[in-house]
Amino acid sequence: MDAFLHQILSGLASGGIYGSLALALVMIFQATHLVNFAQGELAMCSTYLAWTLVRAGCPYWVAFVATLVISFLAGAAIERCVIRPVEDKPALAVVLVFIGLMLILNSVAGWIFGYTVKTFPSPFSDRSPFGNAFIAGHELGIMAVVAALVGLLYVFFRYTTLGLAMRAVAVNPESSRLVGIHVGRMLALGWGLSAAVGAVAGMMIAPVVFLDPNMMSGVLLYAFAAALLGGIDSPGGAVIGGLLVGVLENLLGAYVIGTELKLTVALLLIVGVLVVRPTGLFGKVVVTRV
Amino acid sequence: MPSALPVRSMVGPPPRMPVALLIAAACALPFLLGDYRVFQLTLVIVHAIALLGLNLLTGYAGQISLGHGAFYAVGAYTTAILMEHFGVPYWLTIPMAGAVCLAAGVLFGLCASRLENLYLALATFGLGVSLPQILKYKHIEHWTGGVQGITLAKPTAPSGIPLSPDQWLYFLVLLVMIVLFAGAHNLLRGHAGRIMVAIRDCPIAARAMGIDAARYKSLTFGVSAMYTGIAGALGSMAVQFVGPDSFSFFLSLSFLVGIVVGGISTISGAIYGALFIQFVPNVAGDISKAAPSAIYGAFLIAVVYAMPHGVAGAVETVVRRLRAVGAEPRRATDHRDSHPRRNCA
Repeated sequence: MDAFLHQILSGLASGGIYGSLALALVMIFQATHLVNFAQGELAMCSTYLAWTLVRAGCPYWVAFVATLVISFLAGAAIERCVIRPVEDKPALAVVLVFIGLMLILNSVAGWIFGYTVKTFPSPFSDRSPFGNAFIAGHELGIMAVVAALVGLLYVFFRYTTLGLAMRAVAVNPESSRLVGIHVGRMLALGWGLSAAVGAVAGMMIAPVVFLDPNMMSGVLLYAFAAALLGGIDSPGGAVIGGLLVGVLENLLGAYVIGTELKLTVALLLIVGVLVVRPTGLFGKVVVTRV
Repeated sequence: MPSALPVRSMVGPPPRMPVALLIAAACALPFLLGDYRVFQLTLVIVHAIALLGLNLLTGYAGQISLGHGAFYAVGAYTTAILMEHFGVPYWLTIPMAGAVCLAAGVLFGLCASRLENLYLALATFGLGVSLPQILKYKHIEHWTGGVQGITLAKPTAPSGIPLSPDQWLYFLVLLVMIVLFAGAHNLLRGHAGRIMVAIRDCPIAARAMGIDAARYKSLTFGVSAMYTGIAGALGSMAVQFVGPDSFSFFLSLSFLVGIVVGGISTISGAIYGALFIQFVPNVAGDISKAAPSAIYGAFLIAVVYAMPHGVAGAVETVVRRLRAVGAEPRRATDHRDSHPRRNCA
């Protein structure tokens, strides 16, 4: 029973990370109706940045904040320079640009930092404050960070004018432009925010999966599954989907199929959701006007 | 509305002279080059077949697949398992691998036909990423050889034909390629090809005209998987080995890069793309381990920005300009318009 509970709790912890990366995906999807395949590699690059800062002697939380700020700026810059020129092109062109970005970021990280696996520090102590074996300190820390992140984003989108403007752009860019919202700036802001959210996910998962240029490929697949399960246009759904996927992954891995087929679980989940209920648990049914 | 869509022949008649010259040159090459070069050219042709398969799906039918390496792997493993465990002669495994992949493709296509573009990209992304893990799965290890993979014997020429094994395989692969390219050309010129393009360019109008989009999408998926699977079967004979790590996600991405650089929605683009993915990573790999994917990424973005129809499109433009200088300008037959949705919605 203890082991079972431990599986669920640590599933919730990794689920929180999938959820936050899924949240980053959903934020871009809402604004542009596209799934950013480079999201995982962006998060990986942010994590390398944090690693470099920590190694250079920065205290962890200073490095954490600096990474968020730089990731935000980089995300906005990528939107401006790389994505905007293909904004109006068909889905294939944009997907190709995302894949190109993914390949470039991956190889640049490999070029600079090499392909050897590195350890990444965790800011949380190993011992659990509750003194039992159910949950490790880092896992508890992950949950707290993810909860804080989701809370902050909720407040930002729900109660600030800027958040409202961003939501308006996501729903109807043309009308937003007419009421004086700078649509391009909001899109860049959305990319920046989602890069920062992805950076949090990267820094939180790195102590668990270790740091190397390919660390995010599995995590990204889980984040896709989470976003689809929750409904790709629903931020709350993404987080809940992430938690569900995390728990499911752990339970199936521990009791049913073993750890070798973990990625396949995500694949089956993706295909299953898309075939059975393409809108996910909390997504809206999209009606196209002909 | 849809009436703005011009009705044009999707694929013109093949230019006979260049094709004949190309085939003649391809037949002469193995006698001029060493065995290793012939082996490399064999792989180029294998890749060209795989790229044509992916281009049928992604270029002509407009369905994005990021996991076509999976069908290549299914073809390769089918051949390897049939030869290793059942003693089936190598040439017979080629149609069998094609049939297996056709079935697998139709099945995956049935699920996928309900999906919009982007979701299909997601599902196939999952397929491409999780594939090596599936191939290593311990309960099928008896058949797949697990991490070790399967080593194959090289096909040799029938007695009486004075060709080295590399040359023999080259001609076999070349023959398969000619058959498959001609098949694709006919498919695209005919009824089915027009329906594919109609579904890509304007799904709503296509459906309103009574086209069963789901059926055609899954069939296209099947044919595309069959092409790629046959390429996989031939590829496994050429490299004489199949193993889970030969079919990483990078393979699927290479195919995508190949069709984009070669030219989306072109048949000849498959050959340019195959040359690109065969030789460029080799050269780039000498610089750094990271260089091939950096170059792939840079080319993907650059082609999308600057050369939407890839090398094949550029070649066609040059040829058309040259002709226009000498003779009456030909009617523009740019059938690969990649921004048709404006006309549609």
